[in-house]
Amino acid sequence: MIKAILIFNNHGKPRLSKFYEHYSEDTEQQIIRETFHLVSKRDENVCNFLEGGMLIGGSDYKLIYRHYATLYFVFCVDSSESELGILDLIQVFVETLDKCFENVCELDLIFHVDKVHNILAEMVMGGMVLETNMNEIIMQVDAQNKMEKSEVSWTPPVPCMCMT
Amino acid sequence: MALKIVKGSIDRMFDKNLQDLVRGIRNHKEDEAKYISTCIDEIKQELKQDNIAVKANAVCKLTYLQMLGYDVSWAAFNIVEVMSSSKFTYKRIGYLAASQCFHESTDVIMLTTNQIRKDLSSPNQYDTGVALTGLSCFVTPDLARDLANDIMTLMSHTKPYIRKKAVLIMYKVFLKYPESLRPAFPRLKEKLEDPDPGVQSAAVNVICELARRNPKNYLSLAPLFFKLMTSSTNNWVLIKIIKLFGALTPLEPRLGKKLIEPLTNLIHSTSAMSLLYECVNTVIAVLISLSSGMPNHSASIQLCVQKLRILIEDSDQNLKYLGLLAMSKILKTHPKSVQSHKDLILQCLDDKDESIRLRALDLLYGMVSKKNLMEIVKKLMLHVDKAEGTTYRDELLTKIIDICSQSNYQYITNFEWYISILVELTRLEGTRHGHLIASQMLDVAIRVKAIRAFAVAQMATLLDNAHLLTGNMQRNGICEVSYAAAWICGEFSEHLENPMQTLEAMLRPKVATLPGHIQAVYVQNAAKLFATVLKSQEGNTDSTAAQETSQLMIERLPLFVQSANLEVQERASCILQLVKYIQKLQQKDVEVAEEVSALFAGELNPVAPKAQKKVPVPEGLDLDAWINEPPSESESEDEQPKAIFTKEETKHSRPRHIEVDEKELARRREARKQEQANNPFYIKASPSSQKVYQDTPGVEHIPVVQIDLSVPLKVPGLPMSDQYVKLEEERRQKERAEKKKKEKKKRKEKRSGRGKKHDSGPESEEDITPAHMVDIVTEEMPENALPSDDDDKDPNDPHKALDIDLDNLGEMAGRRPLADSEKLPVRSHRAVEAAKSPGEDGDAETVATQQPKKKSGKDKRDDKKKDKDKERKKSKDEKKKKKHKHEEKEEDLLRGEVHEPVVQSEGISQVAELPTSTSAEVSDLDFWLSNAPVPSNTQEAATVAAAEAPVAEVVSGAAQDSEPDEPKDTEMEETKSSKHKKKKQKKEKEEKEKKKKKRHHHHHRHSDGGGEESVQNGTVEEEEPLPSMSNYCLLAENSYIKMVYDIQGNLQDGSQVVVSVIFENKCDSFLKSMEFNVLDSLNSKLQRPEGSGPHDGLTVPFQLPPGVSNEARFVFTVQSIVMPQKLKGTLTFIVKNEESSTHEKLDFKLHFTCTSYLITTPCYSDAYAKLLESGDLKGSSLKLEGVNMPFHHLLARICFHHHFSVVERIDSCSSMYSRSIQGHHVCLLVKSSGQTVSIDAKCDEPTMLGNVLDEIKQTFSQC
Repeated sequence: MIKAILIFNNHGKPRLSKFYEHYSEDTEQQIIRETFHLVSKRDENVCNFLEGGMLIGGSDYKLIYRHYATLYFVFCVDSSESELGILDLIQVFVETLDKCFENVCELDLIFHVDKVHNILAEMVMGGMVLETNMNEIIMQVDAQNKMEKSEVSWTPPVPCMCMT
Repeated sequence: MALKIVKGSIDRMFDKNLQDLVRGIRNHKEDEAKYISTCIDEIKQELKQDNIAVKANAVCKLTYLQMLGYDVSWAAFNIVEVMSSSKFTYKRIGYLAASQCFHESTDVIMLTTNQIRKDLSSPNQYDTGVALTGLSCFVTPDLARDLANDIMTLMSHTKPYIRKKAVLIMYKVFLKYPESLRPAFPRLKEKLEDPDPGVQSAAVNVICELARRNPKNYLSLAPLFFKLMTSSTNNWVLIKIIKLFGALTPLEPRLGKKLIEPLTNLIHSTSAMSLLYECVNTVIAVLISLSSGMPNHSASIQLCVQKLRILIEDSDQNLKYLGLLAMSKILKTHPKSVQSHKDLILQCLDDKDESIRLRALDLLYGMVSKKNLMEIVKKLMLHVDKAEGTTYRDELLTKIIDICSQSNYQYITNFEWYISILVELTRLEGTRHGHLIASQMLDVAIRVKAIRAFAVAQMATLLDNAHLLTGNMQRNGICEVSYAAAWICGEFSEHLENPMQTLEAMLRPKVATLPGHIQAVYVQNAAKLFATVLKSQEGNTDSTAAQETSQLMIERLPLFVQSANLEVQERASCILQLVKYIQKLQQKDVEVAEEVSALFAGELNPVAPKAQKKVPVPEGLDLDAWINEPPSESESEDEQPKAIFTKEETKHSRPRHIEVDEKELARRREARKQEQANNPFYIKASPSSQKVYQDTPGVEHIPVVQIDLSVPLKVPGLPMSDQYVKLEEERRQKERAEKKKKEKKKRKEKRSGRGKKHDSGPESEEDITPAHMVDIVTEEMPENALPSDDDDKDPNDPHKALDIDLDNLGEMAGRRPLADSEKLPVRSHRAVEAAKSPGEDGDAETVATQQPKKKSGKDKRDDKKKDKDKERKKSKDEKKKKKHKHEEKEEDLLRGEVHEPVVQSEGISQVAELPTSTSAEVSDLDFWLSNAPVPSNTQEAATVAAAEAPVAEVVSGAAQDSEPDEPKDTEMEETKSSKHKKKKQKKEKEEKEKKKKKRHHHHHRHSDGGGEESVQNGTVEEEEPLPSMSNYCLLAENSYIKMVYDIQGNLQDGSQVVVSVIFENKCDSFLKSMEFNVLDSLNSKLQRPEGSGPHDGLTVPFQLPPGVSNEARFVFTVQSIVMPQKLKGTLTFIVKNEESSTHEKLDFKLHFTCTSYLITTPCYSDAYAKLLESGDLKGSSLKLEGVNMPFHHLLARICFHHHFSVVERIDSCSSMYSRSIQGHHVCLLVKSSGQTVSIDAKCDEPTMLGNVLDEIKQTFSQC
């Protein structure tokens, strides 16, 4: 199970937080801060697994993260997940973002966090991995975006219809 | 109205959207909070508007603010509004917001049920998808209950996109609403073979999560997963399955054997590191589960270790980390294979990556030996000095202590060194582990007598050292150390060089700043010191010095009398008054030292931490019983636990005996060693008298030797050789060789002991033997203590609720009929179904589960039809037909009997199929497993099978007889549905069935005999596997029920035997109200609960659905056990089917053989020899002709059926031992030549012996 997925930048500013278990907003922020602390002080060439988060998890949990340019992608997972598998999943996630945003950068995540959530929802659901095939994910995301667009173009008539 | 809307939409253009909000926040870096609060005000305004687009926009912004840490739960209702928008765009925003901020205590959640249900059944797959995704985050028990049925329907949706989401969310539903697991499981299982890989993967995912917590319920899926593993190419799925196997294999060693080969192949073939790693991991799990006795698996271990070494040597830190992680798993069972990579692991200790260093630390535990302990600890101490973070430093500290103290300080050769290490560790600033260090100091000082003088000296310095008492120490817990120091100095004050100085140090005013519990120890131990000081001073006839000491006490103690801590205050005032009185006496020149020190006389022995808990309740003492009459009637509920308690007692009584025995043996061994250690002649035993035997291979394989090594710091106890001259040569040779080895060691030890002065440095690295003759006192345990019962289970695990037996659900839904209460609730708005009773609905589920592919095909056709009812009706008709067909097939496969058409929608129709299908299901697994091409699996097979339903075991036993090349076919048949092959299988099954009838015994093995026997029986690998055996024999049988029973003695109570009866329902009806009654004889009586008459029957505590069997135990009291006995009894029960219920009864005869009073008791050869020599036993003998079985089978039979254990075996001659519940010893000497077996027996009770021999004879005449 995945317990939480966090994206934050090099300064610890959250860019996306997805908790698959309920925490209060304050605890969530604390978790983000703590995780940032743990992750940010690590060198570039050390392993991507980390134990010892106090707030989240426990002995069974691990932080698995990747650092891309200005962003940290952190997954908090328990022992039922394969460590290397999750690293691959993060890679898939980032590549998917890259495809969907066309050369993704931090700004995309800042301004379109809802879209990032939608993409993530096609990959991980309720803490369990739903889909790992990038093409499939992109297909579903595109289909939904298309639907959204068709609705948006359909929006203006609504008030008109009401007027008649 | 219209104008308002237009106005609204124009306003919207000026509303901030998410991007604007983000931009605004970025532009207001200085006053971000203020800016956001104005934004929230705006959002509140927007939420008040009617326009859903405005609301959705506001909610979207709130979601962002939630991420920044703002509580947005006040908008929960608006979120629900947005969720219920008909437009996908807004719906998605709403569900996203809900998934981010809803939780179980959000009260508006209950408003969403209908909305979610509507979305789930929306024709738009993305509406459904979004609802599922959202629900997965905020599902509550109520939602789970209300929606479980809808989600289950979606599991068979035409679109794989929906199917996979529905499958995945079921896990969350199960967690919140465990009752849904049984009804949903068949469909979930079916999804494992879904044509869409995504759905398949989701199903694997869910089952893996479920199985991880309660693996035993999912064992029966092993063949299916095995097939998936060998056929799937999706690495994600493979990884999950392989991980799952890792969890299953400890429960089923045969599974492990089957797995090794495909896993090894995968390891060789895969290029994906993640997969390789998981394979290695599971292979390790398999090897752990097989643990010993599998010589041919050393290759697999080597392969794993090799691959791991490659990972560890890799430049990729991730692989290095994982390699070390997996290595530590191997370490537990195969330390030797890891030890050869010590260099690599020590190298990792210097890695710059903390995670890797921590993992390497874990491994160090297994790397140490007497030789390198000091070296390694020195290295760690260096790390301690360098470490920046406290967490890592604390980790190092605990590791150092762990490593040193492991297995009773096994590797410490110089305790002075260890004490100094502990003292050095006290200098760590800010560690949390002061307590740990303190307890180590205490432990060592108490248990290692030889070190006390040194320890006391060190502790005295420690007390003297003011640095411990400085203020900031208090916070970090290192002050705990002074607790230990004060106690050691006080308790062992006779070793103090300058007790006066220490006494003064303990009474310093600064002590009062320490925590209360430490001060109390100071005060108490100051008194002890005082006694010592007085004694020495009075000896000097210097009365003034003694009086000065008293004066010092009187001056300093008042400080503690004023303490706020009660304990300190009480002790201090007590002691103060005492000292004042002493002073008075002193002034009269009365000698008081003797009397004062008498206050603290007596040795304190170390007590094991769990000792208190393990003191057994004495016979006849009921802790829960009232001493006086209970005060009032109303509290009668309190009696409840009493019943549970006594029940538990009988249940666990059997395993307990063995443990007690082992404990006893251990104690005896200990005593023997003590004796030898104190024997001045022992050490000198001249080596010249020992012959040199060159051939000492396999010394390690003698179990006795292994046990002795567990207390290595002492010279391992060797039985005194003159006591068992009679024992055969081979064994003695080995022992002598062993002795010789030890002798050498001993001499070396002595030399080094003399030559050494204590040093705290690691210079003594090369010195393998203890510098001191160290005697580690073992911790005391109460007599009859139970060694480690597992008391560490977490009672709060949410997954406990999911520990639900799914096996009888099997491939078809509802093998154990889903009771009405188990069916998923259906909401009434589906009026059509609701009217047709819940049974109907449950059946619909059942049907649907059986038709995933076909249904989806049909659904495609019907997809566009809006009329749901019509669709449903149609599909139901179709299903009905298919169901019949399907079930017929299934029947065919399972037993090849003529099958009557099943009446639809009735639980009972499914019930009818129960008997065979249940057993077939389990036996399929057994059969599948029993084909593992490994010899000698019977032993394990039998042990494992014992845990399963007895019915299955018969089949597994039979399965072993089937031809060896059949298995592969059947394995495929199980899953593929080729008709031709099915027939073949059917035949096999019939064969099995026949065999089952022939042999009426089940090879139940009991946890008590099992482990012991496998070691002692001497069944070496190369010998052919034992046939399956069972002690359960037929008690009585009629067309409704079959009873088999087994009798076991109760060692704890010499007058009790436990009769285990397995009741098996053979008919199609429900059996209930079973009552078990026996006509008591003078000698044997059935134990009935208090208050019932001597002729009352005992109610069997369960009911039996068709085909189910269950075991009940009855306790009998017997007086004399020298003669076999028969007791007549009756079982009455009610047979209940749909129409009627009838009373039935079944008479039986319980046969208490003398064998059943015997208890498998291990016996060591020395004790055995003593016993025979003692001359108390009377002999008898028996000759068996025409016994046509291998000798080890013969032994195994005697062991198994007659509860003996093998003491010694040489070729075709063996000595065996057993003990009756009343303590009679029974010794056998079994010799076999050709087909003749002669048994010489001795026992202190000749009548009993005669009967036992008769029974043995009968056992062999039967085969």
